[in-house]
Amino acid sequence: MENKLGRNLPDKLMNELHFKPFETTKIGNPVFQRTAPKVQVQNGHDKLKDDLKQVVKKNVKDGMTISFHHHLRNGDYIFNLVMKAIMDLGIKDLTLAPSSLTGVMNDMVIKAIKNGTVTNITTSGMRGSLGDEVSHGILKNPVIFRSHGGRARAIENGDIKIDVAFLGVPNSDRCGNANGMEGPAAFGSLGYALMDAAYANKVVLLTDNVVDYPNTPASIRQTQVDDVVKVDQVGDPNKIGSGATRFTKDPKDLTIARAVNQVIVNSQYFKDGFSFQTGSGGAALAVTRYLRQAMLDNHLHASFGLGGITKPMVDLLEEGLVDKLMDVQDFDKAAADSMKNNKNQQEIDASWYADPDNKGSMVAQLDIAVLSALEIDTDFNVNVLTGSDGVIRGAVGGHQDAATAKMTIICAPLVRGRIPTVVDHINTAVTPGQSIDVLVTEFGIAINPNRPDLIKQFQDVPSLHVYTIEELAKKAESIVGKEEPLQYTDKTVGLVEYRDGTIIDSIRQVKD
Amino acid sequence: MGINKTAMDGTLESSDIQITVSKGTDGVQISLESDVKKRFGDDIIATIKEVVKKFGLDNVNIKAVDQGALDCVIRARTITAIQRAMDNSEQPAWEAL
Repeated sequence: MENKLGRNLPDKLMNELHFKPFETTKIGNPVFQRTAPKVQVQNGHDKLKDDLKQVVKKNVKDGMTISFHHHLRNGDYIFNLVMKAIMDLGIKDLTLAPSSLTGVMNDMVIKAIKNGTVTNITTSGMRGSLGDEVSHGILKNPVIFRSHGGRARAIENGDIKIDVAFLGVPNSDRCGNANGMEGPAAFGSLGYALMDAAYANKVVLLTDNVVDYPNTPASIRQTQVDDVVKVDQVGDPNKIGSGATRFTKDPKDLTIARAVNQVIVNSQYFKDGFSFQTGSGGAALAVTRYLRQAMLDNHLHASFGLGGITKPMVDLLEEGLVDKLMDVQDFDKAAADSMKNNKNQQEIDASWYADPDNKGSMVAQLDIAVLSALEIDTDFNVNVLTGSDGVIRGAVGGHQDAATAKMTIICAPLVRGRIPTVVDHINTAVTPGQSIDVLVTEFGIAINPNRPDLIKQFQDVPSLHVYTIEELAKKAESIVGKEEPLQYTDKTVGLVEYRDGTIIDSIRQVKD
Repeated sequence: MGINKTAMDGTLESSDIQITVSKGTDGVQISLESDVKKRFGDDIIATIKEVVKKFGLDNVNIKAVDQGALDCVIRARTITAIQRAMDNSEQPAWEAL
């Protein structure tokens, strides 16, 4: 079958897994019954354990769904520790349902797939050797890719039913009151993990820092936690977040960032009390710096900054240019520290951040989102998941969710080396063009024809070179030449959900 | 006029291509390593062959290690490597350029 974007979906799998094809970005007002976790009652006196293997043995059985968060990113020690214990116990046929998978987990996941420990995966993304193996068909069942908001929705409505969540935390008391802010492995917001803590049947915290009871402020609460396991080290602080955020000197990035800033400043949304989300890429970080100057020049301030928080956003908060930072994760140490020090930096869970099926998430209030792209087609559909070789090398992240903003700007170079970004046909559709408003490249910008209001606002701005997206695609092709189409096998290795749970695209095994 | 020695041009930096030219006995043999081989492999080889043809070389081995170079870079690196291999960098074969 084909969905509304014309993406080909595998009928048999779609029927077997009870998926519906993507239709629209509009969510409407449906009514849902949420799910609730099973609770094994205890008085909380005996939660603290030091034998991880015993805790795993007690809680994890063949065929279960287990979860992790990725707030420790490439500094994570927890995932490998728990997975090793699971493999040592010979547990098989697990579904892995982490908020995302980072590079440090790759070898372990590959091993777990090969020996039958893991037979299903749902995640935001994967990169490196794991993405390569999955794209070459290592897993029998397709990986289900979900956005951060989509995962929150799936957990709330029971599409993802987590049996046991293993959550690494930089501190906890003996009863499971924990936050992400203090301790050697502090990473700031626990945003993604809060879903697991609230909805998993069993919640196991792992920490290297057991503090006095009661531990406050508590993001994860003792009422949610079954066991607290003391481990030697939760993570490597040097790899959890990038250190000092550096200001890009790449002239291409700076050109793009300046143009993005011009788009924002000349739009109807640049007014006192506006809100924005920017990512963590080189150009996106630079946008925040340019935006700061524009806000000073125009004497206006923002009501909130959303999403993954970075140092440039913290600078705006501390300068009084932004009232609140709504923080689902912290990309660098300065942002993590700021959550501890600034009362106006609010920790939010993934549902509050981006879930389409709740009573109103933050992204629905967002004015401006600045996002990146690996590829964008002439219908403005965006790929952030597979590379030009068709191999999985990215993550949905909050892309589909933040694109809900009133003005969504994609910033990307027209070409990367010989790889074109603006193309006639993208390998994988992740975010529908219906929700993308402006594309900014170093050569010029393109405005979605479904936004005549923005075309009017930008077409006469001297600093903005406005093209049609077809013209930009032609320009890219004139630089790099015409790509040969990729060769795939018939096997589906991944299904990409839109944030509402419909399937926006499938990913097939690459042919070498 | 032919290949006198093995010669090289280009680096392994991104957007560059490293071309190594050496004597051959079995026609024009081109080996290509590239991250964009799947999408642009045929184009890259065609561009190299075009340059080889201009120099009138019938037997030559070329090893190309590509880091996403554009056609203009591929042509320039191939020309320079061939001229070095032919020992005529001092007096370039202008007609081939």
